[in-house]
Amino acid sequence: MTVETYPWAPGFVAGDRPRIVTSRFEHEDSHTLERYMATGGYEGLRAALAKPAAEVHEQVRGSTLLGRGGAGFPAGVKWGLTPEGVYPRYLVVNGDESEPGTYKDRLLMERDPHQLIEGCLIACYAAGLSRCFLYIRGEMALAQERVATALNEAYAAGLVGRDILGSGFGVDIVLHWGAGAYVVGEETALIESLEGNRGMPRLKPPFFPAAIGLYGKPTIVNNVETLSNLPFIAANGAEAYTAIGTETSPGTRMVAVSGHVRRPGVYEIVNGTTTFRDLLYGEEFCGGIRDGNELKAFVPGGGSAPWFLPDQLDLPFEGRQVGAAGSMLGSGAIMVMDSTTDIPAAALTLTRFYAHESCGKCVPCREGGTWLMRVLERVVAGEGTTDDLDLLLEVGQSICPGDMPHASSEALGLEATPFPYKMTTICFVGPSAYVPVHSALTLFRSEFEERVAPSRSRTRIPVVAVGGGQ
Amino acid sequence: MSRFSAENLTLAREIVSRYPRPKSAVIPLLHLAQEQEGWISEEAMREIAELVGVTPAEVRGTGTFYEMFHFEPIGRYLLNICGTMSCALMGAGELMHAAEEELGVRAGGTTDDGLITLHGAECQAACTEAPCLQVNYRYRFRVTPDGVRQLIADLRSGALSDEIPPHGTLATVRQHIPSDRAVGAVDPDVDTAPPAWIPVTVEGASS
Ligand SMILES: Cc1cc2nc3c(=O)[nH]c(=O)nc-3n(C[C@H](O)[C@H](O)[C@H](O)COP(=O)(O)O)c2cc1C
Ligand code: SF4
Ligand code: FES
Repeated sequence: MTVETYPWAPGFVAGDRPRIVTSRFEHEDSHTLERYMATGGYEGLRAALAKPAAEVHEQVRGSTLLGRGGAGFPAGVKWGLTPEGVYPRYLVVNGDESEPGTYKDRLLMERDPHQLIEGCLIACYAAGLSRCFLYIRGEMALAQERVATALNEAYAAGLVGRDILGSGFGVDIVLHWGAGAYVVGEETALIESLEGNRGMPRLKPPFFPAAIGLYGKPTIVNNVETLSNLPFIAANGAEAYTAIGTETSPGTRMVAVSGHVRRPGVYEIVNGTTTFRDLLYGEEFCGGIRDGNELKAFVPGGGSAPWFLPDQLDLPFEGRQVGAAGSMLGSGAIMVMDSTTDIPAAALTLTRFYAHESCGKCVPCREGGTWLMRVLERVVAGEGTTDDLDLLLEVGQSICPGDMPHASSEALGLEATPFPYKMTTICFVGPSAYVPVHSALTLFRSEFEERVAPSRSRTRIPVVAVGGGQ
Repeated sequence: MSRFSAENLTLAREIVSRYPRPKSAVIPLLHLAQEQEGWISEEAMREIAELVGVTPAEVRGTGTFYEMFHFEPIGRYLLNICGTMSCALMGAGELMHAAEEELGVRAGGTTDDGLITLHGAECQAACTEAPCLQVNYRYRFRVTPDGVRQLIADLRSGALSDEIPPHGTLATVRQHIPSDRAVGAVDPDVDTAPPAWIPVTVEGASS
């Protein structure tokens, strides 16, 4: 067993595992065209251009490559949802990575920008997309710089732009970056932002971006990691890809594990089979909980995901099973809390995030998120009452009516309620403000009860959102 | 004062030409203005409005949605300390406390000499390297309270002025699309024919 880290790829941990998207990370100069070319670079593009576009699309469909942005939708299927004969079609690359806990797209952009560029070109060729906008999160100066440099190199080498490699296929890739707004990662908000507007999500259905997207035209939005898998698939075939992982979750996946573990890091894992126990305790992964402490809880799929307990450790990193157990894999981010964690305060860091990032379009999110945050702040500060705990659930119900997904607990005698939830909002920001509150209150109610005073005989004090939106 | 420099004006026009609809260039041009001046003035927004053919109010409307844009002067260095879950679990609170104490300002404030603005920030996509922070969007990982104090001392002494450009500059390399290689903007209303590499089927529809 080997564990390797590289100073030029902060956080990344390599081991004896198949690597698809991080295969060049051991090279300090992995971001240069020279290294890329010396390690099989643009071979996938060459292989793709030698075939008709429809065949490349079929290959990606056959690989069952699942989207890595959060929803896990198969890329090949998404590309097929564009209305027949309607052009132009656009590709928008989602490099807005900002879901709490998530750290992988930035590494891929900084460490292997040519792999992403090659992936964009393969997607454009296969799905008939005539222009690509590569949208990077505003706060990622180094990723912007690396991608800009790589694009300049690729243009100079005839790999991007007009008549690529003499094939007649041509597409421009335009680098664009945001300016700080989490919700812009949602695909329709991303499109609004790219059109020069405030980044507020559009109502969907009826119209998904594949039908009506950027400038009202069919638009494919794909995540950076999703696209970074395409060079491998195009060069080696769908079967080489499905040979790794499981039938429902083929290939590998990048997962960031942060918080109270011995070796926090970003790991490229075999999809579908690696369990949470492997990840948190395995010597080739995080090596256990820090300071020999006990595990208290973990968030399995980014800040929006309902929390898991040690009871769920033996679940594999696989969407359906995790969904049935009451959570989701989301963006591949695990946040670990050990026995020393102040649970209500930990929940507050997430609820505050989502309340702060509300775009203000839907009332339940704009008002409800702020309510949740203020009531929880009061509870954490030791100024809440038992009534406040009911109030939290009541406000939550206005965002997510009905049963909320949650994990099972043997100690509490709780059965799991499967994912997903119902929601009264356009996008997932509103529900995500409630999810940590609900998880924490359901799984650790006693920690809240210790914190609050018995309800004084007062009628409920309304919580007034002072100052309005953030 | 903050008209685009001649060089930036050329660049601004080139940026506008990359998009089929000029309004798409609003955010990139706001970044360019902020890079030139460190913040965004009314005059800069008026100029951007002219360049993309919208009203100054529309430019402001878009710009104010995004946290990175500043419509008043701020410090030369913007110190953003992450306070979201992973960083909070690993001691972000102590970092913020150390920074507030060292700078003598609360989060949101700027030092009297105009050198450093301190902000609480949200998840910076470096959660495994918690607690972390950014100075003008340049990362520092696994930071300790002493590390924050040292960083502030280095910013004050000028030891980092080569490494960290003044607030407003993000990537120091710009994309350049050579005109002999460019495909062009791909207008949604004009370029409605299937692209050259997609075969047209017999009925005239394309795959
Ligand atoms: C509030 C919100 C934030 C999101 N943020 C991101 C993000 O930062 N990056 C990303 O790739 N997808 C994000 N998504 C998912 C996108 O909407 C979209 O599903 C994804 O980019 C599609 O790419 P994929 O199919 O390749 O996964 C977010 C979704 C929501 C609702
Ligand atoms: S749920 Fe919140 S962030 Fe999403 S569209 Fe509604 S108000 Fe905006
Ligand atoms: S929580 Fe601080 S970088 Fe993600």
